[in-house]
Amino acid sequence: MKNRTRLPNLYLGLIIVILYLPIVLVVLYSFNESKISSVWSGFSLRWYETLFRDRAMFEALGNSLVLALSASLGAAAVGTLGAYGFTKVQLRTKSAVEYLSMLPIMIPEIILGMVFMAFFSLLGLPFGMTTLILAHTTFCIPYVYMLVKARLVGMDPSLAEAARDLGAGEARVFFDITLPLLAPAILSGMLLSFAMSLDDVIISIFVTGVNVNTLPIKVYTQIKTGVTPEINALCTLMLGATLLLVVLSNVLGKVGKPKAGGDPIKPAPKRDKKEEHS
Amino acid sequence: MRARRKKRGGVWLTLLPLYLFTLVFVAGPLVYMLVLSFQTRAEVWGVIHEFTTDNYQNILQPVYLNTFLESFRLAIVSTLLICAIGYPFGYFMAKLSPVWKGRVMMLLMIPFWTSSLIRLYGWIIIFRANGTLDKLLMGLGLTDSPLKLLYTYPAVVVGMVYALLQFMILAVYSSAEKLDWSLVEAARDLGATPLKAFLTVTLPLTLPGLLSGVILTFIPSMGLFFIADILGGNKVVLVGSLIQDQLMKAHNWPFAAALSVVLMVLTSLMISLYKRVTHTTELEGLL
Amino acid sequence: MGETILELQSIAKRFGQTDVLNGVSISIGKGEFITLLGPSGCGKTTTLRIIAGLETPDEGRVLLNGKDVTDTEPNQRDVNTVFQNYALFPHMTVAANIGYSLRLKRRSREEIRAAVKEALALVQLSGYERRMPSELSGGQRQRVAIARAVVNRPSVLLLDEPLGALDLQLRRQMQSELKALQKQLGITFIYITHDQEEALNMSDRIAVMRGGRFEQLGSPAEVYDSPRTSYVARFVGTANVLTGTVRSVENGVLSAECAGGCAGALCRGYSFLPGSSVTLAVRSEHVEFTRDKNACGLPAVIREKTFAGGMLRIALTLADGTELVASRHGIDLAVRTGEAVRVTWQPENAVPVDVDAPTGAAEAGA
Repeated sequence: MKNRTRLPNLYLGLIIVILYLPIVLVVLYSFNESKISSVWSGFSLRWYETLFRDRAMFEALGNSLVLALSASLGAAAVGTLGAYGFTKVQLRTKSAVEYLSMLPIMIPEIILGMVFMAFFSLLGLPFGMTTLILAHTTFCIPYVYMLVKARLVGMDPSLAEAARDLGAGEARVFFDITLPLLAPAILSGMLLSFAMSLDDVIISIFVTGVNVNTLPIKVYTQIKTGVTPEINALCTLMLGATLLLVVLSNVLGKVGKPKAGGDPIKPAPKRDKKEEHS
Repeated sequence: MRARRKKRGGVWLTLLPLYLFTLVFVAGPLVYMLVLSFQTRAEVWGVIHEFTTDNYQNILQPVYLNTFLESFRLAIVSTLLICAIGYPFGYFMAKLSPVWKGRVMMLLMIPFWTSSLIRLYGWIIIFRANGTLDKLLMGLGLTDSPLKLLYTYPAVVVGMVYALLQFMILAVYSSAEKLDWSLVEAARDLGATPLKAFLTVTLPLTLPGLLSGVILTFIPSMGLFFIADILGGNKVVLVGSLIQDQLMKAHNWPFAAALSVVLMVLTSLMISLYKRVTHTTELEGLL
Repeated sequence: MGETILELQSIAKRFGQTDVLNGVSISIGKGEFITLLGPSGCGKTTTLRIIAGLETPDEGRVLLNGKDVTDTEPNQRDVNTVFQNYALFPHMTVAANIGYSLRLKRRSREEIRAAVKEALALVQLSGYERRMPSELSGGQRQRVAIARAVVNRPSVLLLDEPLGALDLQLRRQMQSELKALQKQLGITFIYITHDQEEALNMSDRIAVMRGGRFEQLGSPAEVYDSPRTSYVARFVGTANVLTGTVRSVENGVLSAECAGGCAGALCRGYSFLPGSSVTLAVRSEHVEFTRDKNACGLPAVIREKTFAGGMLRIALTLADGTELVASRHGIDLAVRTGEAVRVTWQPENAVPVDVDAPTGAAEAGA
């Protein structure tokens, strides 16, 4: 359908510009010499220097990275195994547990944070990295689970059957066939979890200990208390890292893409649906 | 009938971690929250384990009811705006050529992945006194003195819309993309004006996407208190900030739990409402 | 035929409400090439999967080399399968695919490499070790699937419509290659197809299946020349099926009255009483035209002449409205559409089918 006017494209462009406006400003001002953001006094890398000398910041960054990595690994393990088990085992409580495990992404974060905090307190767990990792893993599991399950459901069952036919036991089928074919989904899930964990503010605030700071928490408190232009520099760097991740996940997405032979793990179209029972 | 082959025992283990995690770290906390909401805060620290509905009765006080109402109002206003802005975007995007679709999607994804804090911070720069917006308006001669837009209600709305817009766009887009344009052409061919064709064909068929978007934006907007915190300061109090205050400052956990329960109930109501409505819409779409 | 290598005893299988297999029994000899032939839904794939161990029957037993393997896992049976869609592992090279079963058996690397090389040579794909399945054509994937299944030298090889996705020329070529391969390796092949031409070309024996049962079991010649039911007669080759009443029986030749004329057939060991009804099957290529009014024959009118696949196909209508098909080589025949003719056939070319109480008929499993 031909676009008769330029209006749609103009609209799209306008919204996108507005979408990027805050980001662009942040990046711009990170290079501003002046301490007061509204006055431009020249190009400078001064704030980047300050940033690199800020030990607390680096500590927070380190914490965030460790946290994100642990959470995504944990979520990958639990989520993948869970999705696999879900398709293999028949238990009446299955759907209920599945629904429960998806809840963390459906509940407002504030509630989740509150709930974790109260519960961890009840259990007497030390507030800090431990509680952070537990909480983050819990809300990352749904991402991995959904992606892996979707891929599992679409997978050609005759591959596993062929492996069994050739002599593989259940465990071998899982490690030799299923897992390698699930790898792209698991990786996507991990990437998503990593990004979600890195970005989390609300839940982290509630479950962290006094001495443990994550990057988002640090940024948040700094924004609230008083603004140092250092933040601009930090944000710019975080943006750069995000861009990298986005490009990476795009490239990864293409790695699993089919070549001439069609999607390798989707079953070949059956010539006649009734053949299934013949 | 022959007995089935013995179950392969090992497979059970794969479900175990998930079960464990879910029951301990999702079900457990939620149940505990419910229990907590019926208890009272002790003088110095901890809770008195007595069953009481005090907390819920407390919520009925005007000041708290007001907070809920405020959050609700904010959520509705934001969602309406998001619909108004996001729907056209998703619709136009679905009509682009495949090449441009990919590009726009990429352009959308980058801010999506960027930390929400960063993006919010950008708005502070824009809104603060003598910030970018002020400079622009004064430069154009539209105002004389700086608009103190930061720490006002409109700023919070803008922040909320900005944070959640992409969800709506994606929801509408995925629905509009599947639209069979030949239906619209058929309507035009039969004599409908572009507007009529839109109202009778396009809109009903993309309604599911719009509704998903509404849910995806309404529910978070009830809980994203840090937007109100940052852009609204103390002037705008939402349920989220209330809960945080009760937890962190007043250490009144039972009350915070009660607030959370109410919030969750409201949220679940919205979800079931949505399911009911989309069921009907889907049927209508088929007719 | 040699010793029995595989035996199915009264296999029954239900999926939900449907009875997919209804008492299937067969003895298969070592080195035999046997084909399960039938349309979709007849139960042939289910039978194969039960032999492979991918399904368990509700009733009956599977005996492999004398041992009861009904409940044994597929990975413990000396049976390998070539899947309909090849099921090549997309993330492994051709060599890894073929060598997979040997890796599971913990064979040494050199042993595996040699075995893979030999298997590739068998299917004429030498040198393809490093390729990925996505880089191969359909026919090549087919061969890799076969190589992967035979590298184990299993007692029985199951092939589930392996040539279905290939074009006609390639299919014909693969048919002869598969047959040669089977003879070379001496492995028992159990083959599934719905293409009767394929079955007739390749098999030592054919089991025609219908509704979860074996309708007839015999050599290609038997199934083709002596179908026992009208279903088999129609499924294998083209056949005309007529019903009539027996007029007389003399010297093993019966003469029946049908469609306003007379039809003859050999009794083939059945006993027929005059006055009883009989169903006859005649292949279209055996229908002849005659001008002799006194010979046993049927009056007919030519309805249509079509030329397809090198054969002339003549559709005729008999006196009672039944359709009959005759076929000939050549582009045309000296008869015109609408002309009234008389058709007949040699008694030995007509077969009584659907006879309820056979006497002296060939038994299944012989």
